[in-house]
Amino acid sequence: MANEELQSNISEFLPSATYDESGEFLNVSIASDDLLPLMKTLYSRSDFQFDYLFCLTCIDWKDHFMMVYHLLSKTHNHSIVVKARIADINNPQIESVNSIWKTAELNEDEVYDLFGVQFLNHPNLRRLFLEEDWNGYPLRKNYTDENMIKL
Amino acid sequence: MDIKESVSKSKLSFPGQIHDTPDGGFFITKLDDVINWARANSLWPLIFGTSCCAIEMMSAADAKYDWSRFGFEVARATPRQADLLIVSGTIVMKMAPVLKLLYDQMPDSKYVIAMGACSISGGPFFYNTYSVVKGVDHIIPVDVYIPGCPPRPEALLHAMITLQEKIKHEAYFRKVKA
Repeated sequence: MANEELQSNISEFLPSATYDESGEFLNVSIASDDLLPLMKTLYSRSDFQFDYLFCLTCIDWKDHFMMVYHLLSKTHNHSIVVKARIADINNPQIESVNSIWKTAELNEDEVYDLFGVQFLNHPNLRRLFLEEDWNGYPLRKNYTDENMIKL
Repeated sequence: MDIKESVSKSKLSFPGQIHDTPDGGFFITKLDDVINWARANSLWPLIFGTSCCAIEMMSAADAKYDWSRFGFEVARATPRQADLLIVSGTIVMKMAPVLKLLYDQMPDSKYVIAMGACSISGGPFFYNTYSVVKGVDHIIPVDVYIPGCPPRPEALLHAMITLQEKIKHEAYFRKVKA
């Protein structure tokens, strides 16, 4: 499916989404509350069939967090990027997508480890790379510790 | 000293003096010198590499640079049989206890070469990092430092020959007891 078609089909059931086509992928920006319904539709509807989550990451924009999901359909050979805005920087929360794509489980562990985003309904949210007793989330822009030397 | 000169000097000169007599001869030396001569020319490096410096270290071990020429040919996979630890690469906080354990498992007397900018000071990861140890000498004592990012195999060979020179000037028995 071409990007224009994807865009119009998504707009049908999620009018609040905004789009950016300047990059390689079609970017769909949504609010964090709309994530799970949108993702379930993208996965299961026969004309989307995004069956492969090939990248899951997070961006700290200082005044909000943004979760970024790269999706690919092996059936239709089209791809899309979903960006979910998390407005609450003090207690960032978003629904886990591991019930749709199992691979998200470890990716979300990593995002939790480094950004401190809480994933709701995640089966085993834990520190993946850092020690259990690590203080803070190092990839946040405001992170600092006593060993860090600022330039 | 010119490296070529230092190599030929360190490889060829056996420590001591030969006195010829009509029915043969005798040889005068110090035990320290002979033991150090033997130790310096048979250092067994531990196979340990954590990033791009390790590629240069492997290159130094391979046929083109061939550190066997200087007595380093027996690279060991276990610290219990090694006496030289070449820290080739970035050491992160999570790797630090492992490195310390490996060093502690090596039998005396043991030597450490800090290879490259990362193991000297953290190098390119000195500023604004939460994970990198800023110099491997915060964890274990270091004998020879080689700057570079990464150093060429020739630089590593130079460091190893420098270490041999250091070993040859040690008081062996005092060192082991200490």
